[in-house]
Amino acid sequence: MRNVVPILTVVCTLLVIWYAAAVWLNAPWAYNKAERAGIELNFADLVSDTWSQDKPKLPAPHQVGAEIWKTTGEMVLNGRGFSKRSLIYHSWVTFSATALGFLLGTGLGIALAIGIVYNRTMDMSVMPWVIASQTIPILAIAPMIIVVLNAVGISGLLPKAMISMYLSFFPVVVGMVKGLRSPAPMQLDQMRTWSATPAQTFWRLRLPSSMPYLFASLKIGMAASLVGAIVGELPTGAVAGLGARLLAGSYYGQTIQIWSALIMAATLAAILVGLIGVLQRITLKRMGMA
Amino acid sequence: MTDETVISAKDLSLTFQTNDGPVHALKDVTLDVRKGDFVSFIGPSGCGKTTFLRCMADLEHPTGGTITVNGVSPEEARKSRAYGYVFQAAGLYPWRTIGGNIRMPLEIMGYAKAEQDQRVARVLELVDLAGFEKKFPWQLSGGMQQRASIARALSFDADILLMDEPFGALDEIVRDHLNEQLLSLWDRTDKTICFVTHSIPEAVYLSTKIVVMSPRPGRITDVIESPLPRERPLDIRDTPEFIEIAHRVRDGLRAGYGDAI
Ligand SMILES: Nc1ncnc2c1ncn2[C@@H]1O[C@H](COP(=O)(O)OP(=O)(O)OP(=O)(O)O)[C@@H](O)[C@H]1O
Ligand SMILES: [Mg+2]
Repeated sequence: MRNVVPILTVVCTLLVIWYAAAVWLNAPWAYNKAERAGIELNFADLVSDTWSQDKPKLPAPHQVGAEIWKTTGEMVLNGRGFSKRSLIYHSWVTFSATALGFLLGTGLGIALAIGIVYNRTMDMSVMPWVIASQTIPILAIAPMIIVVLNAVGISGLLPKAMISMYLSFFPVVVGMVKGLRSPAPMQLDQMRTWSATPAQTFWRLRLPSSMPYLFASLKIGMAASLVGAIVGELPTGAVAGLGARLLAGSYYGQTIQIWSALIMAATLAAILVGLIGVLQRITLKRMGMA
Repeated sequence: MTDETVISAKDLSLTFQTNDGPVHALKDVTLDVRKGDFVSFIGPSGCGKTTFLRCMADLEHPTGGTITVNGVSPEEARKSRAYGYVFQAAGLYPWRTIGGNIRMPLEIMGYAKAEQDQRVARVLELVDLAGFEKKFPWQLSGGMQQRASIARALSFDADILLMDEPFGALDEIVRDHLNEQLLSLWDRTDKTICFVTHSIPEAVYLSTKIVVMSPRPGRITDVIESPLPRERPLDIRDTPEFIEIAHRVRDGLRAGYGDAI
């Protein structure tokens, strides 16, 4: 557990900066209130006020922590862990879109990569489009995807997942093309001397060689999926999901709610990427490559 | 031993078209290899040894002349899995154990599971690696990895073994040891071996036939039939016959370098 000390140091530093920033950013409102009430603020008053405002510019960490606890742990204790007001419920909604989009994106990415590696025409023609697709701002294309899919009668989870997929297939294509091409010419010659079929060469050489590349891409793809799912919740006026919480929070100036949704999103991302890391370690270990 | 010809090249040429103009890797190479021969190819860098071997293996396509392997085209020979090829680097797959690596060609060729197990065990025995089946390549020394890659080439029991500087990266002692093992393996199995090397003693020690090549264009300058007996202890290298052949090889190599040295 040699990691604990450096990690704690970083976390403490961040908290200190955060608390200081909260004082600094929320001070004008605190002075404003004091002026109207006709009282002088000493430093202790100032600090305690800036750390406990209702709608602060920047909520203090403990306020966000309390809000998160109120909408997760406490609701679980009350047996309402999955009610529509609970962050667990909203995280779950976002997670399901993320997971579906991630699976679709990974599938699409691998399929495209195989096409690009095995088909000369695709090699020459697909990659520019793949890159072009990522230069369009997702915020511009997300509403269109949702409107179009709605028009053909698809709504709910799938449109959000499509946006996730749109973001997550890209790193997978790029990584897998590189991975599937990573066997050395000698290894390919070796397969040829055994007169292996293309399918055998794929399953026994190209695919295993690409695993380290795949996992690196999956981590990026997973994070991108989550962003996609949240972005997908913004323009739809969705009522559920972390994106919806962000949007609702910003409508009503509920900065504490925004921040707790943000922290939840970050935690979710960390967990999902961490899961892929575990999967990576297990797989590569079993392959003798780690 | 029969006099059956296994590999026959006639006026074989191969010209690579490169940006700096054509490179004549092989020009009018004619050579017959009989069944059971141990043929060494020796010559300065760039004289086309690898290219010649790759032509036999159908990894390269000649631009002129003809070559047959087992009486058929290299492509047919490759498809009928007539040869095992050992590359310069061991080229084991890092995600497979030693056993798994040796199993790879067997899986590809569709051997039954039980037969695979049996063959893996047998070739591991043959190259002195019994007990290392479950180890991963990185757990083995360079020499052991090279032996594993030889075992892999042997596993499907092809009659021809093509080896491109298999011991190039190993130290003298390990090399001697592997040379001895390779000789005894050749003696026991009656395979035909084509072996590329840069070392004169290695070539003389191992071969029944030494092919001396020279570059630009790549061609054969001398073919030496070795008078040494099949049975060769390591100290045969101190005998006058051995030294005489080594001299002849050296002279052939010198001639190949021309006025360059
Ligand atoms: N794929 C290729 N494209 C172009 N030129 C090539 C190619 N392969 C080999 N050559 C050239 O053909 C010539 C013979 O190469 P080859 O690899 O057969 O030499 P070699 O005798 O094996 O040399 P070394 O002892 O260094 O391995 C060299 O001049 C090399 O540059
Ligand atoms: Mg070579």
